[in-house]
Amino acid sequence: MMSEHELKSLEITDLRVTFDGFRAVDGVSLRVGPGDLRFLIGPNGAGKTTLVDAVTGLAAAGGSVRFGGNELLGRPVHRIARLGIGRTFQTATVFEKLSVLQNLDIAAGARRPLRTLLRQRRGIPEEVGRALETVGLTADRDRPAGTLAHGKKQWLEIGMLLVQDVQLLLLDEPVAGMSHEEREATGELLRRIGRDRTVVVIEHDMDFLRAFASSVTVLHAGRVLSEGTVAEVQADPRVQEVYLGQPPETVPESVAAATPGVTAEAAAAGGAVEA
Amino acid sequence: MTATTRPDAATAAGPAATSPRRARWRAPLGFALGALLLFAVAPAVLSDFRLSLLAKYLCFAIVAIGISLAWGRGGMLTLGQGLFFGLGGYAMAMHLKLADAGPGQLPDFMLLYGDSDTLPWWWAPFASPAVALAGVVLLPAALAVLIGYFVFRRRVRGAYFAILSQALAFAFSLLLIGQQATTGGTNGLTNFQGFFGYSLLDPVNKRMIYFLIAGVLLGLMALTRQIFLSRYGELLVAVRDSEERVRFLGYDPTLVKLFAYVYSAVMAGMAGALFVPAVGIISPALIGVVPSIEFLIGAAIGGRASLPGAALGAIAVAWAQTTLSEEFPAGWTYFQALLFIVVVAFLPGGLASLGRLLPRRPRLRSRRAPGADPEPEPDPREAPARSGPATAAASSSTTTAKEAGA
Repeated sequence: MMSEHELKSLEITDLRVTFDGFRAVDGVSLRVGPGDLRFLIGPNGAGKTTLVDAVTGLAAAGGSVRFGGNELLGRPVHRIARLGIGRTFQTATVFEKLSVLQNLDIAAGARRPLRTLLRQRRGIPEEVGRALETVGLTADRDRPAGTLAHGKKQWLEIGMLLVQDVQLLLLDEPVAGMSHEEREATGELLRRIGRDRTVVVIEHDMDFLRAFASSVTVLHAGRVLSEGTVAEVQADPRVQEVYLGQPPETVPESVAAATPGVTAEAAAAGGAVEA
Repeated sequence: MTATTRPDAATAAGPAATSPRRARWRAPLGFALGALLLFAVAPAVLSDFRLSLLAKYLCFAIVAIGISLAWGRGGMLTLGQGLFFGLGGYAMAMHLKLADAGPGQLPDFMLLYGDSDTLPWWWAPFASPAVALAGVVLLPAALAVLIGYFVFRRRVRGAYFAILSQALAFAFSLLLIGQQATTGGTNGLTNFQGFFGYSLLDPVNKRMIYFLIAGVLLGLMALTRQIFLSRYGELLVAVRDSEERVRFLGYDPTLVKLFAYVYSAVMAGMAGALFVPAVGIISPALIGVVPSIEFLIGAAIGGRASLPGAALGAIAVAWAQTTLSEEFPAGWTYFQALLFIVVVAFLPGGLASLGRLLPRRPRLRSRRAPGADPEPEPDPREAPARSGPATAAASSSTTTAKEAGA
């Protein structure tokens, strides 16, 4: 939206995350280039959220994760964020007591010089105003974020990533619990954002995936099961087998119905792990 | 996406979201009123004795405004401010003792208890007024940086942080008691004759000390208010409410919390330093566990997240303690504890939040008034919504709920 950064790729090599002997992510290698809108799917416990946790520094991991040539593993969370990597959580986590405007202003602030912190905010900073427009929250800017409807909270989170000027967005089920119109709007938004950024979306909603994914990676039991375009992945017999042996056309409902609620708790606990 | 957004007349604005615009006139007025009360009314109506008591309470109020930043905004339950109050107080008291004794002489209590006739090395620098004044600020600051850095880095929070703070205050008072020959032990440091060349026995000078404290309090309140309203103030609330989330925005919450903690420590140190000439004593009993809790009670009852609330709460509780404990020596402690529990359990915002519980309809208009608003013209779509905010907001929120549930 606003940056002149060179476009960067996310390169994950042999990523491994182990919890008490359980291999949540077991040697995943993955490359997502700029301009890609990559969907990450897989049954519960496939390691999708854990993978995002590892990339963003929340979970200790082995292997290598590089973004634009910088190794991410081993860095603390806030330093990874400063490299231009942002994420959202399954449960929207915004600062509920602060207004929409304050939320966005704080998200924009980490890049500002230190002295601006001690001054009062006057008016609406330019990048915040633009983000408000982009995510359609201009009219809500003075509302406490806690009073926003669920969908708007998710948009606010995406807006926070935009003012943060991230180059890599990792979105964990951004459309869960949204209405059809909201999903459409979110998809369009992601498409627009994704033009000059790298976007990775964890999603269970197959209709949403078919409409907006430019590529798909299927994870299963901590490994990459299949990768390619939507059509390629859907035609992959291994993918069909993982999804209960059903033909892919009947899969969406069962998958979508079975999953979102289950993993929401894990996100509330700090976006930790899906068991 | 614009299709799904609606102009909502502001509903249920939380305290933190309240625009500073509304406070634009209230704050200077309150400030002026406070100055009037402190500088004109109180000296006119209070006896010298009561005025010196008020000076003491104002010192507690200075501690309380530091607490309101660290605890009220930052969520750090600073249960051990006595430690920093003591550091500031002793730094000042050591200087006053040395100045009383004269160059090359030992303070009186050392002649009584001392086993040596040379001044301990760590006393010597405090003979210089500049060192003593710097020490009042730098000693609490340095210790708070040290404690805070390791504690916040290790992500020690909540009750553990409170207990740790308390333990440190306790340890410090024990240390002072144990070193009677050089610290005055349980008796503390007392019997000060002069304050930077002015005799403390002269009532006029005692009044001047009251005015000094009142001025410092007002100045620090103004400074702290700026911090509350700054971007840092907003960030601190964000860290309090969701530390992890702030990390993902690229901030290091350790540093954010550290600043507020160090600031509150310096406030407590300055309060301790002013307490010494105002009250004439600093001793372990004034900086240990119980006083540390009492520093907090005033802020909690008045309203820890509100600057005037915390300051007035501290003054009121200290005042009530003096007057009520004269009447009912046994009952006061229980009453204070009861009040504390009731406020923390049922009124977390303290008495300052009582106003917010009242109907807030009349505030809507002024909250939305233009002013600092960078948009020159009000959004025309807001006009119909504002004429009927209840119906518009209600109908739109029900649709959203239905959409979300679908």
